[in-house]
Amino acid sequence: MNIEWYIVLSALLFATGVVGILIRRSPMVILLCLELMLNAGNLALVAFSRMVGNGEGQVFAVIVMVVAACEVVVGLGLIVAIFRRRLPLNVDDLRELRG
Amino acid sequence: MSATVWAWLVLLLPLLGSIVIALGFKALPAKAAGIIGTAAIGLAFACGVAALVSLLGEDPEARHHASSLWDYASVAGLDIKLGIFVDPLSVFMVLVVTGVSTLIHLYSYGYMQSDEGYRRFFSYLNFFVFSMLLLVLAGNFVLLTVGWAFVGFASYALISFWYRRETATRAGMKAFVINVVGDIGLVLAAFLIFREVGSFDYGTVFERAPEVFTTNEWTITAICLLLLVGAFAKSAQLPLHTWLPDAMEGPTPVSSLIHAATMVTAGVYLIARTHTLFVLAPTAADVAAFVGLATLLVAGTIALVMTDLKRAIAYSTMSQIGYMIMGVSIGAYSAGMFHLMTHAFFKALLFMAAGSIIAAMANEQNIDRMSGFGRAMRFTSITMVCGGLALAAFPGTSGFFSKDEILAYATARGGMYEIFTVLGYFGALLTAIYTFRLIFRVLPGKPCAEAQELIDTGHVHHAHPFNPATGEEEDTDVGFPGAEHHIAEQSWPMRAAMGVLAFLAIFAGVIQIPGLDEVVTHFLDPVFADSPLAEIVPSTGADWFGLGIGSVISLAGIGIAYWLYRVNPGAPRALEERLRPLHTFLFHKWYFDEAIDLLVVRPALAVGRFANRTFERVVVDGLVNGTEGTVRGAGGVVRAVQNGFVRSYALLLIAGFAGLALYFLLSSS
Repeated sequence: MNIEWYIVLSALLFATGVVGILIRRSPMVILLCLELMLNAGNLALVAFSRMVGNGEGQVFAVIVMVVAACEVVVGLGLIVAIFRRRLPLNVDDLRELRG
Repeated sequence: MSATVWAWLVLLLPLLGSIVIALGFKALPAKAAGIIGTAAIGLAFACGVAALVSLLGEDPEARHHASSLWDYASVAGLDIKLGIFVDPLSVFMVLVVTGVSTLIHLYSYGYMQSDEGYRRFFSYLNFFVFSMLLLVLAGNFVLLTVGWAFVGFASYALISFWYRRETATRAGMKAFVINVVGDIGLVLAAFLIFREVGSFDYGTVFERAPEVFTTNEWTITAICLLLLVGAFAKSAQLPLHTWLPDAMEGPTPVSSLIHAATMVTAGVYLIARTHTLFVLAPTAADVAAFVGLATLLVAGTIALVMTDLKRAIAYSTMSQIGYMIMGVSIGAYSAGMFHLMTHAFFKALLFMAAGSIIAAMANEQNIDRMSGFGRAMRFTSITMVCGGLALAAFPGTSGFFSKDEILAYATARGGMYEIFTVLGYFGALLTAIYTFRLIFRVLPGKPCAEAQELIDTGHVHHAHPFNPATGEEEDTDVGFPGAEHHIAEQSWPMRAAMGVLAFLAIFAGVIQIPGLDEVVTHFLDPVFADSPLAEIVPSTGADWFGLGIGSVISLAGIGIAYWLYRVNPGAPRALEERLRPLHTFLFHKWYFDEAIDLLVVRPALAVGRFANRTFERVVVDGLVNGTEGTVRGAGGVVRAVQNGFVRSYALLLIAGFAGLALYFLLSSS
């Protein structure tokens, strides 16, 4: 099978994630979109790995998954903390760190 | 033990005393501070005597030793050791300084007793003695400068001792600033010496100077003139003298020790110590001699009209130092040093007696208000007369032998130097008149209120003290003597100190009778053996001829004073009226303060104001504010980006990456 299909799919997924981050305000959805972008990268890595024929890309994909898991833990923890303090779950309202 | 070990001990003891009193000022009882301070200096004097004995046990030619404990600085060809130089001259100075200091500590032990700052006073005083000893024992120009500056600081601290008194703090600042001018001269001279000779060490410098310099070359003249700036500032010679009369704001023992007996003679010591250089620069030496002469005449005339007891004696100090500076500059080295010693005795004594009277008057220093203390304070007045006789060079007293020796040398040198003899004798006449003017106005006559009370009751009632200069009440919390009127002669330490000094003032002359013993000359001769001027020795006959003239002049001066102030009490007032412009001129101290104010202080203030208004406000503030404005402006631009919208950060990030990706894509194809 041709590698281009995988790459196109990966690019589409990535673009979806980007658009999602840029247009959605809910931190939850933004976190999901981030996952989407990471997995788009994973898909590309695995595809290239298959194309080249060794396992290094897959190793990278596994590492990215670990990092993604960590990031989700932190991100969800933050969201829970925001929720507990009854702050609005809207990234546009959470802008106290502006210069 | 060798002389150098004793000399190190001489240095160590006052330093220890100062530190112990300073650190233990909370724990020590007041009396202990006084005892420790006095004992430290007394022991230092004993060590000085031991050093003298050890030095006398050696061959006269070999009586100089350098010793160093450790390197002070050793970099880039500079080799400065913490070294001392022990020779007859420094031992002589050590003995004078520690000897007089011991007596003055003893006097202060009683005099300052009711002062809140008793411990502080003794700590400062010991520190001063340490600095002065460092100055005279230093073995190189660097350590000399250190001692020189320490002494200046000690003087400042002690003049401003009553620091709530504005006149005192001002006087302290004035003394410090003028002394710093001198320090600069000394430091620059040391730099020049190092540049030319390549060493700071006394031994090396004096040994190599005759090879390095040719006579009257500009460098050696410049060095000597710069040394003179230092000497003039410290020794209150024209035109850097104005701080000394103001320094009388300090407690009287300070005036006695620092501003009469020891510190102000540092300039004389400096010239004597560097006489090798002055021999190579006769022009500079002549400048020094003429300044000394001018100072002795100017100060003598001012002392004639001063109505402030301590200030009048201060002007007399300047005048006597003028004699010494003149002496050591024209080559009468041992005569100058001998006059330094006798002057230390009788001037310290005169100040002590004045302090005793001033304390009984509750810090009133105006002689117009004093009279009749002869009956009220017998011991004080006897010692004061002893001091006065010595100062006026009454035949047979110590001042008689020392002053005339300088003038006899000037005659023996001949030529232009005869001027010094003639005007020196005129100065001696002034000295006798102004000394006995003070004595005749303060001691005899109808007792003033305080004196009468003392005669009647044996003590003086307590009144709240006030500053005679400004009239404001004294702040007694911080260590002004308080309402107490001290009757100095009623406490034995003061009596002892004054008694010993009175004895010395009268009889110290016997160690230096021309043609008979001349102890000081023989002792100091090895130091000055290298100077060709030391070979000029007035014959014994000339010496005695000089002494004869001196005694006539002294008696004449005392007679004039007696006629003016006792026989004919209206005469001074009439004379004053007749010579009104002259009196005003003298009373304003030749307008030196005003002239310096106009020529130096005001321009300096104007420069300061200009710097503040123009340079500081426009240039410095412009730079500082400009920098701040630039940073703030740049920050304002960048701040807009940090708007807190997470999504806009993401957009920037993504746009940036997209831009980079595009760039690489385009550049790779």
